[in-house]
Amino acid sequence: MTFRARHLLGIQQLAPEEIRSVLDLADRYVDLNRRTVKRTDALAGMTQINMFFENSTRTQASFELAGKRLGADVMNMSVAQSSVKKGETLIDTAMTLNAMHPDLLVVRHGASGAVNLLASKVNCAVLNAGDGRHEHPTQALLDALTIRRAKGRIQRLTVAICGDIAHSRVARSNLILLGKMENRIRLVAPPTLMPSGVGEFGCEVFDDMRAGLEGADVVMMLRLQKERMDGGFIPSEREYYHRYGLDAEKLSHAKPDAIVMHPGPMNRGVEIDGELADDINRSVIQEQVEMGVAVRMACMDLLARNLRAERGAKAAGVMA
Amino acid sequence: MTLFLQNARIIDPEQDTETLGNLVIDAGMIAAIGLPNAPKGAQIIDCEGKCLAPGIVDLGVKIGEPGERHRESFRSAGQAAAAGGVTTVIARPDTLPAIDTPETLEFVTRRAAEASVRIHHMAALTKGREGREMTEISFLLDAGALAFSDGDRVVTDTKVLSRALTYARSLGALVVGHPQDPGLSKGAAVTSGKFASLLGLPGVHPMAERIGLDRDLGLIEMTGARYHADQITCARSLPALERAKKNGLDVTAGVSIHHLTLNELDVGDYRSFFKLSPPLRAEDDRVAVVEAVASGLIDILCSMHTPQDEESKRLPYEEAAAGAVALETFLPAAMRLYHSGALSLPALFRAMALNPAKRLGLPQGRMAVGAPADLVLFDPDAPFLLDRWTLKSKSKNTPFDGQRMEGRVLATFVGGRQVFALNKE
Repeated sequence: MTFRARHLLGIQQLAPEEIRSVLDLADRYVDLNRRTVKRTDALAGMTQINMFFENSTRTQASFELAGKRLGADVMNMSVAQSSVKKGETLIDTAMTLNAMHPDLLVVRHGASGAVNLLASKVNCAVLNAGDGRHEHPTQALLDALTIRRAKGRIQRLTVAICGDIAHSRVARSNLILLGKMENRIRLVAPPTLMPSGVGEFGCEVFDDMRAGLEGADVVMMLRLQKERMDGGFIPSEREYYHRYGLDAEKLSHAKPDAIVMHPGPMNRGVEIDGELADDINRSVIQEQVEMGVAVRMACMDLLARNLRAERGAKAAGVMA
Repeated sequence: MTLFLQNARIIDPEQDTETLGNLVIDAGMIAAIGLPNAPKGAQIIDCEGKCLAPGIVDLGVKIGEPGERHRESFRSAGQAAAAGGVTTVIARPDTLPAIDTPETLEFVTRRAAEASVRIHHMAALTKGREGREMTEISFLLDAGALAFSDGDRVVTDTKVLSRALTYARSLGALVVGHPQDPGLSKGAAVTSGKFASLLGLPGVHPMAERIGLDRDLGLIEMTGARYHADQITCARSLPALERAKKNGLDVTAGVSIHHLTLNELDVGDYRSFFKLSPPLRAEDDRVAVVEAVASGLIDILCSMHTPQDEESKRLPYEEAAAGAVALETFLPAAMRLYHSGALSLPALFRAMALNPAKRLGLPQGRMAVGAPADLVLFDPDAPFLLDRWTLKSKSKNTPFDGQRMEGRVLATFVGGRQVFALNKE
């Protein structure tokens, strides 16, 4: 099993074999999670702090459950109750928590690069649970696991990523991961929601959704943030749904066995048709949630192993 | 007192020459060049064949007085300037409060006396730099303002700007503009493109600079005012600038040393010391702008010295303050352009000393008999590793921390008086 990283800050830092290691271990945790007794002691005695500077019920719950099933002591710190509101800087907050000797710090922050900054100041393992528009590595890993279990592989697939790509960290991480695993990637979005320099990404770019979905194995939808719908980036919700909302007709351009994914939470009737989202033959959205817990367990387990090895090496150094 | 600087490689930006020779300083002026022997009673300084050039005239230095003295004071800025071979500093008016009345200008003029180099001031073009009403341009000129600028704030109301320009024109005042379209650049932390998208940072298209420049040039054509664009950093701004000059508008342009020696990729892993305004550009733009300096299309090279304390840089990239200190790294960084063959030493000092002095009506920047003896002695080849904690500036936010530099200031003279000598350890 190969996994060298000290922190999980993004997919960018991972080698393909490290990604495979995470997915292999996560597969085993999927089995564990389906049992009645779901506990291991991989993280026994360790402390995990979830620091969410941006609210997120789903991701925070997934990380909390993952930590608890691995036997860690889990503490949730949400920004509403913290001293960040009193003007403390991100680094001071991190240093304060660091002094309490956590082993794993799970961080979500609204600014790109904030988690990297924090990781440079603490001596525990840091997991990026989403930073600004930069990366959301565990989401990309859980998407990869979902695809691999549905399609039997995570190479040489045609994956269409559709929606608000410009503002999406999920899209960024998926783009990097799927690229590293040698898939064919298509980006489908109105030009106002396409990131700048997209031509240099090594993907195919479409503003016509039907053309973009042609022959796709996987259709990955993205959430459209409410604040983008008011005429700033797109004229209206209904025009967006007409051109870029996934429905049965548009999906018919993809392969007949194409799967439909969404990182949640969904805006039914904006980016995806409600009925299609619930179609168990096409939609794997619920599986994604399930894989989320397993992938996060795998990531934390691997980081904890590296942390132990590092501390062991240090202790041995002191002895010698 | 008479000084005899012997055996110096004398850089003359006016004549575009480098000659080995001797130079006599008397009564604060350059008294003779090329004299074979020292005049009687002169103190002799052996330059050991190192370069002697006119001291740098730096247009657009931020000093934290009034309001942010913890970031930089006149004293610390003066020490930093002396150590960097900058003999004349033209301070920016973007202080707290802004330098927008003759009274605040008199205050900073008084405070500036504690600096060891020459300090001049720009005044704000509009009151409080708010872009609504013009300042008392005539009074401010009388009080010594060399130019008028709202710093990096753009006067968005073209009516206000056109009136201020018209008024400034009647007084012959120089207006320094910051070409940037405020709508396109709003909230931007980096230059847009693949790199910005991968980092997930909000970017601004280089076209924002061109649009800002086009607008300003339109108003200059309309009003006939004297105009200097503080920073031209993109290739696509250059044709517009060239056209304006060809059409006979009284227009000059500058660029910061950082935009000539660094590019957007240096931001790397969200390193906020590389956050500048305007943001660092793509390599193609950097190369185009270096060529524009070499051809003379861009007239003035400046440091855009902007001290920021640690707290305002130790933040996520988007929230971190923009700007970098540069008084002491200006010359060593400029030597990168010399060593790469992009610019000769006389060409560099034309852009760093002669042109800014000429534009501002100062007698400095010349290597000629009768010119003020504001000089810098430097070794263009001396290598060193830059440690930001050794900087004399109160703020240590330099993007060159830990980098190998080549080119060191050995001594600095202002009006014939030595204000800096490198400690040889």
